[in-house]
Amino acid sequence: MWGAVVIIGLGTYLTRLSFIGAFGERKMPAWMELPLRYVAPAVLGAIVLPAVLMPDGVVEFAPTVNPRFLAAVIAGAVAYKWRNVSLVIAVGMASLWVLDWLF
Amino acid sequence: MQEQDTRRAGITDGARSVAPLLLAVVPFGLVLGVTAAASTVGGGLGIATSFIIFAGAAQLVTVQLMDSGTSLAVVVLTALVVNVRHLMYSAALAPHFSEFPRRSRLLLPYVLTDQAFAVSMLRYETTTDPLYKRWFYTGAAFTLWGSWQVATVAGVVLGAQIPASLGLGFAIPLVFLVLLIPVVQTRPGLVAGIVGGVVAVAASAAPFGLGLVTGALMGVGAGVMMERAGHR
Repeated sequence: MWGAVVIIGLGTYLTRLSFIGAFGERKMPAWMELPLRYVAPAVLGAIVLPAVLMPDGVVEFAPTVNPRFLAAVIAGAVAYKWRNVSLVIAVGMASLWVLDWLF
Repeated sequence: MQEQDTRRAGITDGARSVAPLLLAVVPFGLVLGVTAAASTVGGGLGIATSFIIFAGAAQLVTVQLMDSGTSLAVVVLTALVVNVRHLMYSAALAPHFSEFPRRSRLLLPYVLTDQAFAVSMLRYETTTDPLYKRWFYTGAAFTLWGSWQVATVAGVVLGAQIPASLGLGFAIPLVFLVLLIPVVQTRPGLVAGIVGGVVAVAASAAPFGLGLVTGALMGVGAGVMMERAGHR
């Protein structure tokens, strides 16, 4: 696992260094620009949805079986309104605990 | 202005400009430390990721995937896909950094983050002095860096005392949710997010845990097609 972390660290440094470290052409080619705009939403969607919809490996909407989905919907509404990380974590965790306790 | 004054002003202004952002960065780092300590990754390696990788989203994904037993090659691939956005930041900062000494151009990319990028680009609109630019970025980026290291360590210390039954792993998707909301405010962004998520769910049984990367690539494709089709 340590080896993997070092490789990720190196790779990350190189992407950060890329254009700053380059000597000649410093402009990003147009073909790179467009897809890069959608990396953040696509990656984050791909992380969040499976984590809240199928925490045990099976898709489950019902809060009686998987309270995480409903808790995430509640937290998402809070995030949309306030964008405060601490608040979202607090509301999301509290929702999870309450739903766990209810069902 | 004297060189030293410029330097001091730059560092102070940079640090000041990221201070309000620490409200979001510190809990993020705490979650990372807590979940790393409570997982099979462990607190030691969790702290090391902050030092070696220093990219919150990639670190959280790394901890999550390693804990679920994903093959290390796929963990590396996924983390690098998450971090590919830094190319964009590097390209945008490059013209400003081109006047910096070589040593700075090698060191400063190590501390390049979403937040340091955002505050620096904003400030660079109103200044032309390369010396001030250099120290402003340095002040902003290293304030974030220091806070991140402290938050991670604090999280690891806390995490060792929190029972697993509290389900604190759920804090990881919650943090990502906060990051997700602002980037799905345009129609192509929203479609990229939905396609990325739905494909990742559908492909969750894909071999080697490649579901996340598959979803991400399809999501990017969907966003590009939407924009090409003229949506904003």
